[in-house]
Amino acid sequence: MKVWDAIIIGGGHNGLVNACYLQRAGLDVLVVEKNDWVGGAATSRELAPGFLYSNCSYVCSLFRPEIMRDLELPRFGLQVIAYEGGAVFTRDGDYLANYRDHDAHRREFARFSKRDAEAYDRYARDVTRQCRFIQPLLMRTAPDPTSLRPRDLGELLYLGKKFAGLSAEEMALTLRFWTMSISEFLDEYFETDVIKANFALSGIIGTALGPMSPGTAYVLLHHYMGEVDGSVGAWGYARGGMGAVTKALAASFKASGGTIRTGAEVDHVLVGRGKARGVVLAGGEEVYCKLVVSNADVKRTFLKLVEEKELPDIFLRRVRNFKIRGSSGKVNIALDSLPEFPALPKDSPVYRGDMHFTDSVERMERAYDDWKAGRWSADPFLDMVIPTTLDPTMAPPGKHFMSCFVQYAPPKVNGREWTDADRDGFAESVIAQIADYSPGFRDRIVHMEVRTPREIEAEVGLTEGNIFQGELTFDQLLFNRPVPGYAQYRSPVGGLYICGSSTHPGGGVMGAPGRNAAADILRDLAKSTSHMSPAHDVI
Amino acid sequence: MARQISKKPASKTANTVVSARIAAQSHFRTLRLGTPFQPRIDALARTQDWYNWAGYHAPHSLWDEELEYFAIRSQAALFDISPMTKYRIEGPDAEALLNRVTLRDVAKLRPGRVHYTAWCDDEGFVLDDGTLFRLSPTRFRLCSQERHLPWLLDSAIGFDVTVEEETEAVAGLALQGPTSFAVLRDAGFAGVEKLKVFDLADFPHDGGSVTISRTGFTGDLGYELFVSADKALSLWDRLMIAGELRGIRAIGYTALNRARLEAGLIVANADFTTAEHAIRADRPRMPDEIGLGFMIDLKKGHFNGRRAILEARVKRKLRHVLVGLEIEGNIPAEHAIVYYKKSREVGLVSAAMWSPMAKRNIAIASLERPFGDTIVEDLWVEIYAMRELQYQKLMKRAKVVARPFIKLDRRTANPPADF
Repeated sequence: MKVWDAIIIGGGHNGLVNACYLQRAGLDVLVVEKNDWVGGAATSRELAPGFLYSNCSYVCSLFRPEIMRDLELPRFGLQVIAYEGGAVFTRDGDYLANYRDHDAHRREFARFSKRDAEAYDRYARDVTRQCRFIQPLLMRTAPDPTSLRPRDLGELLYLGKKFAGLSAEEMALTLRFWTMSISEFLDEYFETDVIKANFALSGIIGTALGPMSPGTAYVLLHHYMGEVDGSVGAWGYARGGMGAVTKALAASFKASGGTIRTGAEVDHVLVGRGKARGVVLAGGEEVYCKLVVSNADVKRTFLKLVEEKELPDIFLRRVRNFKIRGSSGKVNIALDSLPEFPALPKDSPVYRGDMHFTDSVERMERAYDDWKAGRWSADPFLDMVIPTTLDPTMAPPGKHFMSCFVQYAPPKVNGREWTDADRDGFAESVIAQIADYSPGFRDRIVHMEVRTPREIEAEVGLTEGNIFQGELTFDQLLFNRPVPGYAQYRSPVGGLYICGSSTHPGGGVMGAPGRNAAADILRDLAKSTSHMSPAHDVI
Repeated sequence: MARQISKKPASKTANTVVSARIAAQSHFRTLRLGTPFQPRIDALARTQDWYNWAGYHAPHSLWDEELEYFAIRSQAALFDISPMTKYRIEGPDAEALLNRVTLRDVAKLRPGRVHYTAWCDDEGFVLDDGTLFRLSPTRFRLCSQERHLPWLLDSAIGFDVTVEEETEAVAGLALQGPTSFAVLRDAGFAGVEKLKVFDLADFPHDGGSVTISRTGFTGDLGYELFVSADKALSLWDRLMIAGELRGIRAIGYTALNRARLEAGLIVANADFTTAEHAIRADRPRMPDEIGLGFMIDLKKGHFNGRRAILEARVKRKLRHVLVGLEIEGNIPAEHAIVYYKKSREVGLVSAAMWSPMAKRNIAIASLERPFGDTIVEDLWVEIYAMRELQYQKLMKRAKVVARPFIKLDRRTANPPADF
């Protein structure tokens, strides 16, 4: 009877990162994945001949460079192509673009407001200051504030010192930043609606909150902490779609001797005498191991894969109450030619960046109102990219792949499950919006993949289709993520760990939760972590 | 009842504001703008050595940076200052607003005068330094390195005043050097000899007018000329023709930067970090920490940062001091670390050169008090001179000296001499 050193449930990017680090530490690791492919929410699938889709996540920036280096991802084929910026189309036939060049950026803003154009420096300074505070925390296990273990005290002290290192003004700003709405935060710098909308979008992506909900300023920060190969704050396309990230991780894992079983859905975790002993697959097969690491979100892990009787009541209640609400969907479109946007000059770099049609914070908030009422937004917020403008590998020559991230989509429609008709109606709201700005758009569509929270939960396994495996609100961050007392990747069941985005530091294709979990597991096993690079210094 | 929001885009609208905005879209094709003098500068740019000055492409040098420097000191040098940020501040309360924003007493600045000033945020940290031109009792021009429109507009709340950014609309030239006065006189600017240092006046030019001030960034005899962008080229030509026999030369920033260092003048975001750009909380500086304490006028009433500045003075919280250094030898100590007794790190050199005018090795440095303030003995700089892929490490003695490093009588002589 084979007993693996570790079984990772789910081959998403964090599961694979975790598996890679454990395997490289000398463990004998098995990844079990329910789908016939790995990748979780970072996949590229060919759903129409010649077209590779970035089915869920679609742009890359947050993935930690330390992990790329440790796991040799460039050697296994990962290449991220940075793109220029993007734009918000305005209803008056114009657009507001974001350019990488500082002065072009200012001139672009000055078309709308000279004042706001010159306010950008102070905004950028304040956001950068906050990023520099948070960034070093990403690659560290959050301390347990109730523990007296030297490591927790050390981490608490680190956190405290970092905070104490801020000026009084910065401390105030930090607390405001972590709790206020993105709309209010932007009001402190800008006066023009479209400019505020342009920044506000980073505060709502992936969250079941509106731009006027407290806590959304932090979500913006979360999206600002990335880089592409050292270009700080840049976003890019993984060549070959976001599946290229997990493809490289899987290749790295296998090269170090790891084993992946696809088409192997876990029915539940085998628990004996309070300790994880293995997993039972959907067909009834039992696979044994010394420890289990779940890449599934905290709700799926503890409410579906572990029997209730194995878990303390308070823990269960907190897991049930963990906010992991479906708020977004995805419409992926294969196009037989590049869509035209008459508002954009034909040579505009915006075609290669992210495009949006929501030109005011109020429209964003009203889109959220629909969500609260249990409907998908009649006038949705779209984050739309055409990666094939920079990556020729995703579509046949001359043809294009378009990814539309759509907000808001409720987990249930008017309290009932989504139907196919609902899904089609949701897709139509997206196509109609694009077609308003791009005449003839419908005629270019070759194939379309529409994913409401229903499809995302069913295929990817994310509860309610929440892309972050749980809201990034202050009550669910750091030592409170996912629940107090269990923020260090461990659980009430011995030998059962979690490594997905439900854990610190949260969602996005970052890899940090998977890496941090591996570090903690190796510490529990008294194994070396010398193959794990420490976080890059922030100086 | 909820207000209905139309979600559909309008077709290209007839609205003039919108069409003007759309017409400006194409800037993305040109990341570095040319100034109004660009055709003339391009024609002279033999080195094609450009840098980015606030979104404009400006020359480091045009033909020879050393000879361009000598044009400043022995002839007349023409330097394009159009990219400098300019604000027009106008209205009955313009003086009151500027008194509230800047450090010096603007009531003492008479119409037709210019002064060098600085302004701070509420913590007393310097946002920028610049020159304030009083064009009339109620009209000012503020010139600066960085951009401050939100700061000025927010400060102007409650004042009867308008603030407008006019960087692109107004072209500027610096004409500096011993023959600069003669050039202006020969160009026909009658009465220019009456301008004393920091005076300004309007002179007719090409059916319009040019504002000429006896100011500059070189410590030499010199003038600055401001003209509307459409009259820029004719002004350039007028000066170049008149200056032909007086050795007039167009120059780039490298030469100007040498002259300014000899004059002991500081540059924002080179010799100190401006508060709005400082990412690290310990980097911003108070005026007293960068040698601008002389501007602070505590008698004039409240101004932005006053309370913090006063508190720092009283509680001795000023942690830095900016000084001029004279360093033994002739190897420039650019960005060298300053030591006390050759071992304790006490500061950093921000600009350094061997000065052809002073015949001395000079530098501007920021030191941690009390060094450079009460302790000025036994200071050293460690110079890393890269010579053919090897660092020659030199430990040289540094002496704190007064700025400017050179004092030229011709800068202030009245009437200005006819070289």
